[in-house]
Amino acid sequence: MAMAIDTPLPAGRTLKLALDKDEAIKRGLMIVIALYLLVALAAPLYVMLSKSFSTYSFDLAKFEFQVSDSAGNWGDPVTAAALNGELNAIPEEKLGTNSDGRLQATSFFPEFSFRSPVKYKIRGTTPDATYLVGLQLHSGTEWQEFDSNAFRRVMLRPSRAIGLENYATYFSTPTLFRSIENSVFIAVISTIVTVGLAFGFAYALNRSCMRFKDAFKLVAMVPILVPSLLPGIALIYLFGNQGLFKDVLMGASIYGPLGIVVGSVFFAFPHAMIIISTALAISDQRHYEAAASLRASRWRTFWTVTIPGARYGLISAAFVVFTLVITDFGLPKVIGGQYNVLAVDIYKQVIGQQNFEMGAVVSVILLIPAIAAFVVDRMVTKKQVALLSARSVPYQPKPNRGFDALCLAWCALIAVFIIGIMVTSQFAALVKLWPYDLSLSLKHFAFDRMDGGGWGSYYNSIRLAALTAIIGTAIIFVGAYMVEKTEGFRSGRSAFQFLAMLPMAVPGMVLGLAYIFFFNDPANPLHAIYGTMTILVVCTITHFYTVGHLTALTALKQIDQEFEPVAASLKQPLYKLFARVTVPVCLPAILDISIYLFVNAMTTVSAVVFLYSKDTALASVAVLNMDDAGDVAPAAAMAMMIFYTNIAARLIHLLLSKVLIARTQAWRAR
Amino acid sequence: MNQKKNFALAAVTTMLMSSAAWAETELTVYTAIEAEDLKRYAETFNQDHPDIKLNFIRDSTGVITAKLLAEKDNPQADVIWGLAATSLLVLKAEGMLEPYAPKGVDLLKPEYVDKDTPPAWVGMDGWAASICYNTVEGQKLGLTAPQSWKDLTKPEYKGHVVMPNPASSGTGYLDVSSWIQLFGEKEGWTYMDGLHQNIATYTHSGSKPCKMAAAGETVIGISFEFRAAKSKAEGAPIDIIIPEEGIGWDMEASALVAGTAKEEAAKTLIDWSVSKKANEMYNVGWAIVAMPGVAKPVPHLPANIEEKMIKNDFEWAANNRNTILAEWAKRYDSKSEPKS
Repeated sequence: MAMAIDTPLPAGRTLKLALDKDEAIKRGLMIVIALYLLVALAAPLYVMLSKSFSTYSFDLAKFEFQVSDSAGNWGDPVTAAALNGELNAIPEEKLGTNSDGRLQATSFFPEFSFRSPVKYKIRGTTPDATYLVGLQLHSGTEWQEFDSNAFRRVMLRPSRAIGLENYATYFSTPTLFRSIENSVFIAVISTIVTVGLAFGFAYALNRSCMRFKDAFKLVAMVPILVPSLLPGIALIYLFGNQGLFKDVLMGASIYGPLGIVVGSVFFAFPHAMIIISTALAISDQRHYEAAASLRASRWRTFWTVTIPGARYGLISAAFVVFTLVITDFGLPKVIGGQYNVLAVDIYKQVIGQQNFEMGAVVSVILLIPAIAAFVVDRMVTKKQVALLSARSVPYQPKPNRGFDALCLAWCALIAVFIIGIMVTSQFAALVKLWPYDLSLSLKHFAFDRMDGGGWGSYYNSIRLAALTAIIGTAIIFVGAYMVEKTEGFRSGRSAFQFLAMLPMAVPGMVLGLAYIFFFNDPANPLHAIYGTMTILVVCTITHFYTVGHLTALTALKQIDQEFEPVAASLKQPLYKLFARVTVPVCLPAILDISIYLFVNAMTTVSAVVFLYSKDTALASVAVLNMDDAGDVAPAAAMAMMIFYTNIAARLIHLLLSKVLIARTQAWRAR
Repeated sequence: MNQKKNFALAAVTTMLMSSAAWAETELTVYTAIEAEDLKRYAETFNQDHPDIKLNFIRDSTGVITAKLLAEKDNPQADVIWGLAATSLLVLKAEGMLEPYAPKGVDLLKPEYVDKDTPPAWVGMDGWAASICYNTVEGQKLGLTAPQSWKDLTKPEYKGHVVMPNPASSGTGYLDVSSWIQLFGEKEGWTYMDGLHQNIATYTHSGSKPCKMAAAGETVIGISFEFRAAKSKAEGAPIDIIIPEEGIGWDMEASALVAGTAKEEAAKTLIDWSVSKKANEMYNVGWAIVAMPGVAKPVPHLPANIEEKMIKNDFEWAANNRNTILAEWAKRYDSKSEPKS
């Protein structure tokens, strides 16, 4: 429209220029935030991927020996490779090893005896050949002489190369690759149970006239506020060998798949419930009226109207739960017993055996199911948008005594489960010495006497959560705004969208490990942030980027695209429009993003477990470490502190929302 | 405006000068010393050397070792004070330790000092494997207390023994490597085959089995004496059993990190760490310390611990760790998973 007037008038040029300037700012900001995502996400993942291809093997051509006879006359130098070619002492496939590999030099001398007068010399044929004498590291091409007794202490060290051997090792080690099966098994079972329970719960909330709906909604949200380790700890108190209800299991052990599944259902439940509830809430009354007028039975209506209407919600919920469970690390660590899963394997490889390469391999493998689930979920969600119609009439449930009672019972059962876990955990935190001294005390809250970082870790967590909430919200919202309101520049925008969606598919463990590889490299100019609070904030924001981004996009889509041209024509700069219109209009969404980031920063374990340092110990990691050291009661106490903090944050959020929304959202009510 | 700037500059300069006047050297110390002891250690050190400020990076043995290895090409630490000798051997094999013979090192028991001259690390205190036996739960189940490692394979203990996983816990590897040293290669694995039949779970940390025994979550926890004494002092109904065949052990040790820019201060700390005062300080929690004649008995611990400690070949244990762990995982890690 403006163009028609513009072309003949020379003054139009300035107007166009002004638009271009705003556009340049938008693109500039978008690129800045895209760069942030590249550095904080794509680059570390790339480094990790290349680490998984970094292999170690003994390169026998790099070592040369010389042997004397008993009179001390030296023979000709011969390489280890040549010796091995003759003897086949070490078969080819045994030459592969890990970074800690050692190979005894005497393996190439079958007639070796430490008592013999024969002397040996060793040297590297290249300067980078390394070997140990005793445990002292040597390298270089200088000959070194040993008597027989000293020579048995010579160990060859492997050299680094690029290759697929780590993957070959992984798939030829049953202990390791069985974890894939275990992880998928746990995730599938947990998904089926969680989605089933959550569907019933959401159905009762949306389609019945039962009482206490608000209370049930509140209770269902509780698991979001606690670390995933908490249900594990509570389950041990309930069903462990000294558990209150141990007999219920009839001899089965809570340690292992059973415990992981029950705990997973607890922490994944709210996520599934929200998604399914949203899907059920948008259902159209007219479909049910049509079904009723066609005299369809309730049962038939359920299968032909309700389920198809909610199917995208169900599928989406299933994939979210699947991803959450398969990537969770805290719960199987606490209650998994000997049942190995992928996320714990990464931790065991890196922390237990310092085998970073294998840790990277497991990480890459853990990425596959998570990405697959994510892709399917995206495809499904895209379709769901098309289902909505402006003319839909919201469904109004009618009272039905028997059905309402049934719904009440179902919800009550789940509420009892959730509250039971919380009460047990609180009880565990207060009992003096379970099960021998049941008197109550606050001694387990004396965190400074335990491993894990003490009360300092708790305050660090609050700092991390607050910083993540404030900085993260700003980055996420600005990024979403720029990508939503930029004209053209399609390829850049879709690249940005991809980067913003990627964190959802990256398990926390994988992200954390990738951060070590990337930021701990002294050649990296960003190396300085390693071990600081900054890296924890960056990691946490990146880890939870996607949900915030989607929330912001949804809110921004509500704002008419006309605002920008109008502001431009009124010669209002971009920042003014942003501050005076966009932010106030989107305030509810902004507050939601910040509380989401806060709560998750308080509870997250997986990503930060590799990254915290002494000064930045975190409460959630302290829960893990205290449990790991066997201090289960203090672990429960710390988990409850996180819970109470999150409740407080929620309340503040609620209050803030009320005040701010009353002041900024008056336009919504006409 | 200009005056203001000058004033600010002067203020900053004074601040810088005054902090320099304290002449403090700051050392970055990597450690696995228990959180509750660390503060006391630092304070005691600062009584003698108030001019050296210690900044600790503290974590469990595995995490600290992983961290040090990850920083191999760009070490952040100046000194390692209080890390398992077995971990220090890994670092030594990577060439990360600077050999240094601290003043007074010859006063220490010889097995507490690295064999090379100058030594790459020096010991502080030792801890040894031991069994925590929950008497209350044992009585409930009608069990008798085990007296030896071999006893643990008796069928009556089936499902009642917990031990640390050697792949993720230093204490676990200490047990496994000591059994192989005690019983011999073949016999050692046969023993572990039998033990595996009785194991309820392998934990990630070395202290957890004892804490589980203390809480009755298991009857028998294979752990170490230091932890056991603490649990008993807290009132847990456990007996501390030192198996008669002998026990594996490890020590906390300290070392200079190669390439440190603060060698002077770092050496001061290492010197101090082998002093009599330091050894007395370690003895508050640790029954076994590196300096002979210093240790006073620690409550709840049997007096014969030190004579039961085996002649531990640390070099052998370090060089064979890879092979042993691979074999261990092959035998027990995959088998122990419940079939789904």
